[in-house]
Amino acid sequence: MQKVVADFTVTANIALNSGCHALVLQSSGELLPILPGQFVNVEIPGNKEVFLRRPFSVYEVDDASCSLTLLVKILGRGSATLARVAAGEKLSLVYPLGKGFTMPAPGDRVLAVGGGSGVAPLLFLARRAALPPDSIHLLLGAKTEADHIDVQKYTDCATFYFTTEDGSQGVKGMVTDHPLFGKLSRYNKIYACGPLAMMKAAAAGAVEKGIFCEVSLENLMACGFGVCLCCVEPTVKGNLCVCSEGPVFNINDLTW
Amino acid sequence: MVNLAVNIGGLHLKNPVMTASGCSGFGEELAAFYDVSRLGAILLKGITLKERMGNDYPRMAETASGMLNAVGLQNRGVDYFVREIYPVIRNYDTALIVNVNGSTIEEYVEVTQKINALERIAAIELNISCPNVKEGGMAFGVSCPAAAAVTREVRKSCKKPLIVKLSPNVTDISEVARAVESEGADAVSLVNTFLGMAIDAEKRIPKLSTVTGGLSGPAIKPIALRMVWQVSQAVKIPVIGLGGIMNSTDAVEFFLAGAAAIQVGTAIFKDPFTPLHIIDGLQNYLERHGFSGISELSGRLQM
Repeated sequence: MQKVVADFTVTANIALNSGCHALVLQSSGELLPILPGQFVNVEIPGNKEVFLRRPFSVYEVDDASCSLTLLVKILGRGSATLARVAAGEKLSLVYPLGKGFTMPAPGDRVLAVGGGSGVAPLLFLARRAALPPDSIHLLLGAKTEADHIDVQKYTDCATFYFTTEDGSQGVKGMVTDHPLFGKLSRYNKIYACGPLAMMKAAAAGAVEKGIFCEVSLENLMACGFGVCLCCVEPTVKGNLCVCSEGPVFNINDLTW
Repeated sequence: MVNLAVNIGGLHLKNPVMTASGCSGFGEELAAFYDVSRLGAILLKGITLKERMGNDYPRMAETASGMLNAVGLQNRGVDYFVREIYPVIRNYDTALIVNVNGSTIEEYVEVTQKINALERIAAIELNISCPNVKEGGMAFGVSCPAAAAVTREVRKSCKKPLIVKLSPNVTDISEVARAVESEGADAVSLVNTFLGMAIDAEKRIPKLSTVTGGLSGPAIKPIALRMVWQVSQAVKIPVIGLGGIMNSTDAVEFFLAGAAAIQVGTAIFKDPFTPLHIIDGLQNYLERHGFSGISELSGRLQM
């Protein structure tokens, strides 16, 4: 698979809520194909404290405008700097990186469980899956209503369910407290991307019922393309790089 | 057109820019970005006699102008390399150099003997400077007698140009360089990473599973440059410089300090094209300053 280092122009920086920004980036040339679950490695401009690039799952791709959108959740100095870029600024991206999700097939009944910036690849997956919206359920968890992003424009491609720890939106509690979690057998594919505890809970449910399940990991990376061997995850095939052998893994390959 | 070709102790390279071991896999990952035949050489990921799992995660911590790593020589072992990887990469039109590691002298020798048989491997880099393994590794690189002993034994069985990669975690790196030179090393490469540490203040825990790790990146460049300069004065064999080289100006500084060739490591993580940018930049520098070849630049520091 051909990979490139390419300059993108920021065409919009939209604050989705207090801690999360959508960055729309336009490629100066043709956009290489990007699959749901794949990621880009972004050079952080103008912050000498940040040496390495930062990896972000792709949230949306628009081939017509050669643009992609990233969901930047402010977690540290890299994401904080990136969340401040203005339209017109240039960003250097290494992409496309990693292996994406196994795409759902017609007739599949899908549950996608996400939280935080983990929402990004799951929404990308939902849009690309081309399943009826009632066949693909997105269960999103957050601390409070303000942490959930607005998914109105995606309701034609998936059905959404929410949990919040304070009960301000959807079911009160964690995603595992949602009634959907008691009915996992109705699904034949489960995807998860979010905090580790959330993914492990989804994976445990899937394993118990023998349901196909993929999770997207975000181990700390240096290179993003499989040469530094820093982001390894123990698997049944040994220590594998999350950046090049993942970030999406079938839970049967993990040692959770 | 200036001449970028160099001869490093019998190792002929089309240009003096190599990718450092552990920073370019087995070349295949870089080949996804560009034609690797433009590189002077690829230093392959370090290999050992037996498979090694490497250290536990987390293995990396970003630091000011650099990073710490604690990978710990994760690799599938020399037999796997010979059987599965070598046939895939053997046709790359660049010099392929195997980075050889071991816990004992016998292991270093055994790996070297298995590599001897591979005709497309241009040289061996003897790694006596890995800071992230409990046995062997850097232990051989921080004492002159140990460095001399492992070089002597490997030299006896090594049929290819032998480069010894030195550790900076010593009081006088020149002494170690002289010790391996006297035992038949064809060249030395320096420096490997500096032993360092990072702490998560909020959680009050080390950031690396191994507590300490190897520091690389621009943070170490001034010290690496000083060591290359010192070693160049101390030995007659060619010196390969590395340590925080990010661009062609950094590379020129290493040549001026006495390096005959350079390696690019951590910079590849930021931009895999860095070695190619450096080749272009060196070409441009030599033309601008009226040099006809890169070898004229080595050691031309004006005092």
